[in-house]
Amino acid sequence: MSNSSKGFIETDNTQQPTGSRAPLVLNMHKFGEVTHQVCRIAENRPPMAWYIAFVICLGMMGFLGFCVTYLIFTGVGVWGLNNPVMWAYDITNFVFWVGIGHAGTLISAILFLFRQKWRTGINRFAEAMTIFAVVCAGLFPGIHVGRVWLAYWLFPIPNSMEMWPQFRSPLLWDVFAVSTYFTVSLVFWYVGMIPDLATLRDRAKGRFQQFAYGLASIGWRGSMRHWHRYEVAYLLLAALATPLVLSVHSVVSFDFAVSQVPGWHTTIFPPYFVAGAIFSGFAMVVSLAVPARQLFGLKDLITMRHLDNMNKIILLTGCMVGYAYSMEFFIAWYSGAMYEKFAFVNRAFGQYWWAYWIMVSCNVITPQLFWFKAVRTSIPLMFILSIFVNVGMWFERFVIIVTSLANDFLPSSWDQFVPTWVDIGTMVGAFGLFGTLFLLFCRYLPMIAIAEVKAVMPEANPHAGHAGSDHDDHGIPSGAVPALREPRSSEDSL
Amino acid sequence: MTTFSPQTQTSSPSPSPKSSLLPLYGMMAEFETPAQIMEAAKKVNAAGYRFWDCHVPFPVHGLDKAMGIKRTILPLLVFGAGMTGTIVGFCLQAFTNAASFSIWALVWVTGYPFLISGKPLMSVPAWIPIIFELTILLSALSAVGLMFLMNGLPRLSHPLLSNIRFRRATDDRFFIVIESRDPKFLRSKTEAFMKTLGAKHIEVVEDR
Repeated sequence: MSNSSKGFIETDNTQQPTGSRAPLVLNMHKFGEVTHQVCRIAENRPPMAWYIAFVICLGMMGFLGFCVTYLIFTGVGVWGLNNPVMWAYDITNFVFWVGIGHAGTLISAILFLFRQKWRTGINRFAEAMTIFAVVCAGLFPGIHVGRVWLAYWLFPIPNSMEMWPQFRSPLLWDVFAVSTYFTVSLVFWYVGMIPDLATLRDRAKGRFQQFAYGLASIGWRGSMRHWHRYEVAYLLLAALATPLVLSVHSVVSFDFAVSQVPGWHTTIFPPYFVAGAIFSGFAMVVSLAVPARQLFGLKDLITMRHLDNMNKIILLTGCMVGYAYSMEFFIAWYSGAMYEKFAFVNRAFGQYWWAYWIMVSCNVITPQLFWFKAVRTSIPLMFILSIFVNVGMWFERFVIIVTSLANDFLPSSWDQFVPTWVDIGTMVGAFGLFGTLFLLFCRYLPMIAIAEVKAVMPEANPHAGHAGSDHDDHGIPSGAVPALREPRSSEDSL
Repeated sequence: MTTFSPQTQTSSPSPSPKSSLLPLYGMMAEFETPAQIMEAAKKVNAAGYRFWDCHVPFPVHGLDKAMGIKRTILPLLVFGAGMTGTIVGFCLQAFTNAASFSIWALVWVTGYPFLISGKPLMSVPAWIPIIFELTILLSALSAVGLMFLMNGLPRLSHPLLSNIRFRRATDDRFFIVIESRDPKFLRSKTEAFMKTLGAKHIEVVEDR
């Protein structure tokens, strides 16, 4: 296999060999090869598609800037909000983006605690996705407050008016939950990246790259004494991020569940929102991983097995979301509350029936195709289905927020929400912001956790013998056919 | 210059006569596999060196034990920081939403007893989310901050980072470095000892 085609060829490693562990890294047996595969992306000029995507995203982000500026200078009246529907696209987008973020933390923290080694191939860019998604999420409540220059009132800052926030309000919990989530995710991401930034520093040719990566890697030199504390700190971060990620979307759901609005006032919301968040987040990881591994030649590191696993999680969380939808309906009927019953019938057959059925088709029906392995391992199908999930999950939030508000208790106050061009422009622009940040990340930072991937290679096991020669023991010449079976060792079994 | 002595000049894998005038940071041995460095680390630890370290591209499982590294007290400190967050979270909310006295926090500030829908002033259940978030925030930030502090990071320069060969420590090579400040360090003896470790390459590291 020539060096240039490496990483661009698909290998099927989804079968489970008996008595041994399926490999997580394909076609590579030397640590240096992993380093090279990942670092070359940041060291060389990106493919043409990167430039095209970057220009498009930059344009969309510029439009976002325009819409936000127009909003601030004119007022929230430029959105299509009206009296019953005071939350619409803004909060829909906020919940959508916070939800997207959850997959990154799930992969980096929860799968870490469960010792799921396949996370190493995808955790870095899933974490990056988390950070950028939370940046997009943070934007919406920030501009939704109307008088943006007073947004600091959200924080308990000593002031001459002797005014404090009202800590019994779920909206304030949200401020703390989302800002803590952003801070902890950022720290988690950066700490994980330090050893890889040091790798980029040590390979850098230009003075500027040496300086920039040198500064960012804060003098990391792979000392085992440092690694020891680093690993403990990383484990602690994972253990702290796990309850945090579950709390964030629970708190977001409290924004609705604690209120009295029919359709919002339900106890199922926290787990239902968390499952939905993981569902949409994994769909976004698949939507990003499929083009990224193709474009940058990372098929040996983000293997078909990784995608297969993620599709299984999408299937599982999709079923949970489907269960939550039906349970909501059941409870609306079983509770005997007429407003609750009306709210749900109205969702499915009222003025927004189309949004409800888009949601059900994309979130409950189409993910069921992932029961079939042929679908889970088909690149075009999984990409299309993951886009469907993203669309469906956006509509889920729209349905929850807008249908409940538009038709609440008194028919005399009912109204309809129609988005304006500023609503739509802000939504589209947020994707531009997300895309721009993500493309910059792909271009300049290590997209795969190099050190972590090396640590899960069979060659990394200090008791497995010598790296270069252990394949000879099984009669497979090293460097020839990719060995699909690696010996299971006692160290590896957890 | 303290550890530089004339008799050690004879055994010299040092690169050039000019650079050997620099003070010595230590001796560095290079290995190719995790298994090799594991064996070597056990020997260095057994030989009684104290100021030495392994530099590896990824955490080699069990190497810290082979080196005789004691488990860090980091989790205990982080627990303390987390509890601080819990207390801060409680006090912040109790003061700002239920107190009517003034305290000095850089400026004089006064609490405000919020009476809403007849709820009790000390609404502890409603404060749990923010207490929880602050606990997590302080724990996470202190876990990372204390880890950096205990590791002596950030650092803008280090003698090892000036060594060309050492650059592979973040790629695919495994290094053992014995520092010259170790009481047992003697250039000739340490070099002879390092040759018994089965290293691929041995080199002196200057203190630039």
